[in-house]
Amino acid sequence: MELNRIEKLLENYFQGETNLAEEQELKNYFASGNVAPNLKQYQSMFGYFSEAKNEKFTKEIVIHNKKKNTLWLSIAASFTILLGVGVFSYLNMETKNKTTGELGTYDDPEVAFRETQKALNLVSENVNVGIKSVEYVNEYQESKNLIFK
Amino acid sequence: MHQKEFIQLVTPFKDKVFRLAKRLLISTEEAEDATQEILVKLWNKNDKLDVYTSLEAFAMTTTKNYCLDQLKSKRASNLQLIHSNYEDKQVGLLQKIEDTDSLNWVEKIINELPEQQKLIVQMRDVEQYEFEEIAKMLNMNETAIRVALSRARKTIRETMQKTHSYGIE
Repeated sequence: MELNRIEKLLENYFQGETNLAEEQELKNYFASGNVAPNLKQYQSMFGYFSEAKNEKFTKEIVIHNKKKNTLWLSIAASFTILLGVGVFSYLNMETKNKTTGELGTYDDPEVAFRETQKALNLVSENVNVGIKSVEYVNEYQESKNLIFK
Repeated sequence: MHQKEFIQLVTPFKDKVFRLAKRLLISTEEAEDATQEILVKLWNKNDKLDVYTSLEAFAMTTTKNYCLDQLKSKRASNLQLIHSNYEDKQVGLLQKIEDTDSLNWVEKIINELPEQQKLIVQMRDVEQYEFEEIAKMLNMNETAIRVALSRARKTIRETMQKTHSYGIE
């Protein structure tokens, strides 16, 4: 009688019409070792299904938190840039203030005039030195004009 | 959500994800990588996970999509990898060899099935999900699932019978 029921279940099984309880009954029957010879062929099929369920994921779960890492990284980066720009501009302002402050002025106009003259003389002397060396070039220019007319 | 909570939440079905991935990708190593990848995906969605009524169903759907994508990209690149999960078979009894051998046969036959049938066989016959759940996970209707399942089961039966009779004749 039980064999009849199993055969009926099997038929339904291959039609895809059994429910989970009935499928479990089939699995249990084929796992029992007391299988009718004409049904032996199905034993490995159900045996496989039962065994396949025992496979486990044994590796440890590693979760890299990529999102949060990049967030922190960008915050750190923007802070560094801000700090860099801040320090740079702060130092620049310092030096500017210093140079303008150090130049100073003269209170006496006569002394100021003399000092200015001295400075201008120094500049013109240097300019004359420069012009002297350029005059050679003028010489070249003249002789070139003589040849290429 | 903390990492510990997440792992606790994921533990009941991580094996199912792995087995489904292995069913589709065949290689154990690839299935392990895929499982890892899928769990990271879930973890990155962390704060939105409450939206899904069943996290397990969502995980299975993600697994299916991920593995099919993997297979597609592998086929697109001309590289063909042949996977054989090398196992150390040290069994003393002849009967045991015969048993595992016929179980291996079933596995080989299932691996030959079309992907959709593989998915359905894995979900129904191995993981024992209700048709309703499978329908949701695969985004198919129940009748189509029953038909595909019936077809897959019959294919397995017929191929088994063939290999058995080869042995006899």
